[in-house]
Amino acid sequence: MTTTGRFTGCPTASRFWIGAALLLAAPPVLSQSIEKRAELCFVCHGAQGRSSTPLVPSLAGQPAFYVMAQLFLFRDERRGTAPPGMYDAARRLTDGDLRGFGEHFARLKPPGPPAAKPDPQRFARGRALAEEHHCPVCHNPDYSGREQMPRLANQREDYLFKALRDYKSGNRVPYGRGMEEVVAPLTEREFADLAHYLAYFR
Amino acid sequence: MKKTVIGLAVLASCSLAQAQDKPKPGPAKPAAEEEPFWAIGRPKANADAMKMAPVPAPPIPTAADKLPVKKIKLPPGFKVEVWASNILDARGMRLGDKGTVFVSSLFVAGKIYAVVDKGGQREVKTIAEKLFLPNGIEFHKGALYVATPKDLTRYDGIEDRLDSPPKPVMVYDKFPGDVPHGWKFIKIGPDGKLYFPVGAPCNICDPSDKYSQIFRMNLDGTGVESVVKGMRNTVGFDWHPKTGELWFGDNQRDWLSEDMPLDEVNRVTKPGQHFGFPYCHSGLMTDPVYGWGKSCKDYVKPALTIGPHAAPLGMRFYTGKMFPAKYRNAIFLARHGPWNRTEKYAADVVAILIDAKGNARMEPFLTGLVENNQYLGRPADVLVMKDGSLLVSDDHNGAIYRVSYGK
Repeated sequence: MTTTGRFTGCPTASRFWIGAALLLAAPPVLSQSIEKRAELCFVCHGAQGRSSTPLVPSLAGQPAFYVMAQLFLFRDERRGTAPPGMYDAARRLTDGDLRGFGEHFARLKPPGPPAAKPDPQRFARGRALAEEHHCPVCHNPDYSGREQMPRLANQREDYLFKALRDYKSGNRVPYGRGMEEVVAPLTEREFADLAHYLAYFR
Repeated sequence: MKKTVIGLAVLASCSLAQAQDKPKPGPAKPAAEEEPFWAIGRPKANADAMKMAPVPAPPIPTAADKLPVKKIKLPPGFKVEVWASNILDARGMRLGDKGTVFVSSLFVAGKIYAVVDKGGQREVKTIAEKLFLPNGIEFHKGALYVATPKDLTRYDGIEDRLDSPPKPVMVYDKFPGDVPHGWKFIKIGPDGKLYFPVGAPCNICDPSDKYSQIFRMNLDGTGVESVVKGMRNTVGFDWHPKTGELWFGDNQRDWLSEDMPLDEVNRVTKPGQHFGFPYCHSGLMTDPVYGWGKSCKDYVKPALTIGPHAAPLGMRFYTGKMFPAKYRNAIFLARHGPWNRTEKYAADVVAILIDAKGNARMEPFLTGLVENNQYLGRPADVLVMKDGSLLVSDDHNGAIYRVSYGK
């Protein structure tokens, strides 16, 4: 893996080079505050953790435990077909870093719903599926997430779809049990409707 | 909602604090009028049920001096100590011929460990990592067998090669590979065959004949045959030292109610018996969907029910000599404790005492790990040591405790 492979998911060349430069400067960066180091994350995950990058999730407002658990899986290189940049980024993180990034992202203001209107039929189907499959039981009735279970409300639709599909295919092993039973009976179309509903949730 | 600093103690209290902060929903709407058929009975109207979720263990094991050993209660004359710590996600345990304790893990760690006793100090070595839910392990004739939802592999001569483990030999690679209830508990029976479960790939469904059974195979992977049918998800079984009969724990379905069904301990008296899943639960009730036209009397009843959603994991017949005589040939069973139940309980080790007729009753043994409706630890497996002491793994804290009697 070359350095250039790290930010292929990011939207513009200029952002890529900013990211690459920051990453190469990693040793001095490691001594900086979590807030300062998080700016590197935002190159892909969006300003203040609200992503506008295809397939890259928003981190703002995620539960601290969820962030910590996912960074742990990246550090262990067990997060399936994730962008390789994440494995590089997490490799040198300490346990304290996992906690620090978790707490930091949890404090940031989560994204709101998209300006566009949802497709009413898909939104309704997604809502019915979410209720049927007990999504709010773990992810909270307002989909704000808690502990190892991520915030789903107003997450990027393309990322939600990918995550559901990866859980079903086994590309993404959940942190702890639960998701494996939920996704097993669902189809791709149902994943798409769920992702649409959650992305536009209000 | 104020974001709390993540600390191990704080983590445990998070969900409770949130539950208290949230306003209670208004009175339940008349469900039957507004809900589609599939939704009836889900725990929507109950604020506490809406807060249930799998209880996560942090990705960092609890430091040795922070482990909850002082909270653990045992019958008189027994004592408990920390035997080993810093074993993230410690689950199944097996004893090697040369005294190595092999430890498996599941979702969190994906590793196999070897714990070596060095003059009273335990050294933990990671001998395999990045494995796919490697819960099932067994030790036999110098080799360690490791089962994932997909395959069974073997590490030959492992105890002499803990620092440079051999490349594993593929024994069998035809397990269905599903994640739901696909992780394994494996054990070699008195007949020399390796027994393995394939759990139901769902919470509740009527699966094909690949699933919901305990099978056995020859140690070279040939001769797979079904031994037990109608099993949902066993994560622990063993053979009675006197009768040779197979006993297994079975985790029953979720979401039916707080107090039903009851998890099971079953006794197999002949091959091919059907233990009810998905038609009959706990020997007591037919399933509200799959049970129509079925009767519980057509299935083998559990030898013992052990409480709703109690989550029976590792179990072993006690064959040691250290403990009082009443525990000879009794089962020690780790109950992981429920997640999908408002009131948490179990997270303990129970003793199951069996009389000459096979009647079983349950007594508390290792308790004290539930406090303020939170788990301080969660037993996952038990292991009888050569001196008769009992090791208990705790995946929540990444530790192993040792229970001994007398002296």
